[in-house]
Amino acid sequence: MSTLTKPAPACDVWRPSRGKIGMICLITAESCIFLTFVVAYLFYIGKSATGPQPAQVLELGLVILNSIALISSSFTAVAAVRLLEGGNQGKCWLWLAITIALGAFFVGGTIYEWSGLMRDHALYPTTNLFGTTFYSLVGLHLFHVIVGLILLSTVLAMGLLGWVKPRHAPAFDLLSWYWHFVDAVWIVVFVTVYVIGR
Amino acid sequence: MTLAEHHPTIPAEVSRTLGARLHGWAVTVDHKRLGIMYVCFGLIFFVIAGIEGAMMRAQLAQAAGKVVDPATFNQLFTMHGTTMVFLVGMPMLLGMANYLIPLMIGARDMAFPRLNAFGLWLFVFGAILLYYSYIGAQGLYGTSAAPDVGWFAYAPLTNRTFSPGNSTDYWILGIMVSGFGSITTAINLLATILVMRCPGMTLMRLPLMAWMMLVVSVLVIIAIPVLTGAQIMLLLDRSLGMHFFDTQNGGSSVLWQHLFWFFGHPEVYILVLPAFGFFSEVIPVFSRKVIFGYPLMVAATVAIGFISLGVWAHHMFAIGMSPALNAFFAASTLLISIPTGIKIFNWMGTMIGGQIIFATPMLFASAFLGIFTFGGLTGIMLAVVPFTWQLSDSYFVVGHFHYVLFGGTIFGIFSGLFYWFPKATGRMLSERLGKWFFWLLFIGFNLTFFPMHVSGILGMPRRVYMYQPDRGLELWNMLSSIGVIIQAMGISLFVLNVLISLRKGKVAGNDPWNAWTLEWATTSPPPEWNFDQVPTVGSARPLWDIKNPTDPDSNHEGIS
Ligand code: HEM
Ligand SMILES: [Cu+2]
Repeated sequence: MSTLTKPAPACDVWRPSRGKIGMICLITAESCIFLTFVVAYLFYIGKSATGPQPAQVLELGLVILNSIALISSSFTAVAAVRLLEGGNQGKCWLWLAITIALGAFFVGGTIYEWSGLMRDHALYPTTNLFGTTFYSLVGLHLFHVIVGLILLSTVLAMGLLGWVKPRHAPAFDLLSWYWHFVDAVWIVVFVTVYVIGR
Repeated sequence: MTLAEHHPTIPAEVSRTLGARLHGWAVTVDHKRLGIMYVCFGLIFFVIAGIEGAMMRAQLAQAAGKVVDPATFNQLFTMHGTTMVFLVGMPMLLGMANYLIPLMIGARDMAFPRLNAFGLWLFVFGAILLYYSYIGAQGLYGTSAAPDVGWFAYAPLTNRTFSPGNSTDYWILGIMVSGFGSITTAINLLATILVMRCPGMTLMRLPLMAWMMLVVSVLVIIAIPVLTGAQIMLLLDRSLGMHFFDTQNGGSSVLWQHLFWFFGHPEVYILVLPAFGFFSEVIPVFSRKVIFGYPLMVAATVAIGFISLGVWAHHMFAIGMSPALNAFFAASTLLISIPTGIKIFNWMGTMIGGQIIFATPMLFASAFLGIFTFGGLTGIMLAVVPFTWQLSDSYFVVGHFHYVLFGGTIFGIFSGLFYWFPKATGRMLSERLGKWFFWLLFIGFNLTFFPMHVSGILGMPRRVYMYQPDRGLELWNMLSSIGVIIQAMGISLFVLNVLISLRKGKVAGNDPWNAWTLEWATTSPPPEWNFDQVPTVGSARPLWDIKNPTDPDSNHEGIS
């Protein structure tokens, strides 16, 4: 028997989980796409030649409500993961459903905000640079929220069918990482659009 | 001594029909078959883009040439550059990494085999989209058929006004889709290298190629998404009438340049670092010496990765940035030559005192050292702002980047192909044809691209379809064009070599080069499962340890 085939020493090389590495890489790549749009937004602040300007049309009330919903959905997602790990599926589905509901509230709120902007202020993506950068940045984020909601709903459906077992908790945990990422991006978008840009 | 017994071809495999075998390739998730497909597609596109380059040289061979019309010329340089970067460099390098990395680190496959297959087919789909533009891009407008905005697609050329029809949209979508493929592959490589290492394969025992691919993957994950983001903006501009790069409505063409080159400069390191990896495997084996300064090589690679993210605006010196920005980007560009220089010296240090064997892989490696140093030096010249003001967008720049891209990436790929072909096919490439190929390519390459430096200094602008007689440019252009013929002869010999050797080549055996890394411990070609037993390694050169049981490398670790 050669040296190449002798049994492995018990304590060996550092070896992280491949799912986590994959998810961290995906999140890094996605962050770079978002950063591109954030940079474009910052670059074009105040450069719209014609109105409407952000300070005239962006209202904070609804957005803050929206943000609270989205941020709290991160906490409910954590609760759902913990419950699945602990083998408490029934409660897990409840918290997962709450997470989805909060996310859906965010999507509804954004659509409401957008329709208001278009109806009352005639702000469209083609109107001026503000419209272009605003709808694309917020829209890119909204797209990610919707993808996340579809994934979470799939887990919920499979869970209700009885297909999800506590041994699937690590995969569910990774999905929750993606959801946290979508939340974190919202904070950046919020600061960019509603704090710095307004 | 080996990790795999002789594996006779499974009889069922041979008797299967062509359709069944093709189906097998289409649905495979085996990293080796995917790697081979990447390389084959890359070679096909290398020929296509080479023909596009040759057509440009045919047009420019004489003053006021009449081979192609100006519009076609614009399409030729755009498709040539785009193809070489995205459809030749990327798939060949990622494909070779795909094939080799799991074998080198003693793994059964990549971390995510199905994602791996998905990446390959995304790449193929993107490539088809780009070339489909020749058929479908006219849209309703009856205008230009293929993309003609240059490989960096500057605004406002890409604006609907200046680029009607759909050619630019095909450029965007083709590159974007193949870019998604590159991102998935990079994620896969990172996870594979970090997670799938065999017992004993600590990070500091990784083959240097694995280290370089690790850094390349990080660069892919950071840089390509920025291009994707910028392309999404451009697509929104073009299809929904938004204003990101629409200068009529306050949009900025400079923003596109920043975003593009934030991707573009790391991209050139994405293209050259894997080749550095190949050379770092080839040079020690053919010098019969352990690589000089392994830890320093790792550090230099990581340093290059970092610095390459902060130099992008050296492509924009001519647009009138502030002196502070110019100074910053000139300085950071000069800085990157330090780790790169360290590498060159380490390779030379490996060769010095070695018993060098000039087989074809080593010929390419040695030629690379000279050519790449030359290209690096012209790069340093171009980092000097006033110099660039004089020579920006001239043939000097074309000469410079072909010295690094061709002399680095393409020479690396051929060095690697000659080195690992026996592993992948079980047969050696002919050395005699290989040497002819090398010398023809080497001479043709220099004849094509060296005179470009001269014609550039004499004032020949890049991307022009013709030049006037009596400006002193004829000789240099004629030399460049003659060089292409010699290169083409070389490439034909390579194709011939592959076709002949696949059937009649010398049988390679497991370890034809007497090498030291794990891929040579299994059969050639390796079985689907790579290793019959999971290997355990005790040093960076596991096969050396077996061949020299009295003086294994593991006794010397930490002294290097
Ligand atoms: C096969 C031999 C090759 C020939 C004959 C060739 C020829 C040329 C010529 C004549 C141009 C200048 C077009 C102009 O400015 O008018 C050009 C541009 C370019 N080449 Fe090559 N080339 C070759 C190989 C390569 C390789 C191996 C790469 C990269 C891996 C490459 C990448 C590029 C790029 C990025 C451009 C710039 C395109 C643009 O201006 O948009 N070429 N090539
Ligand atoms: Cu650069």
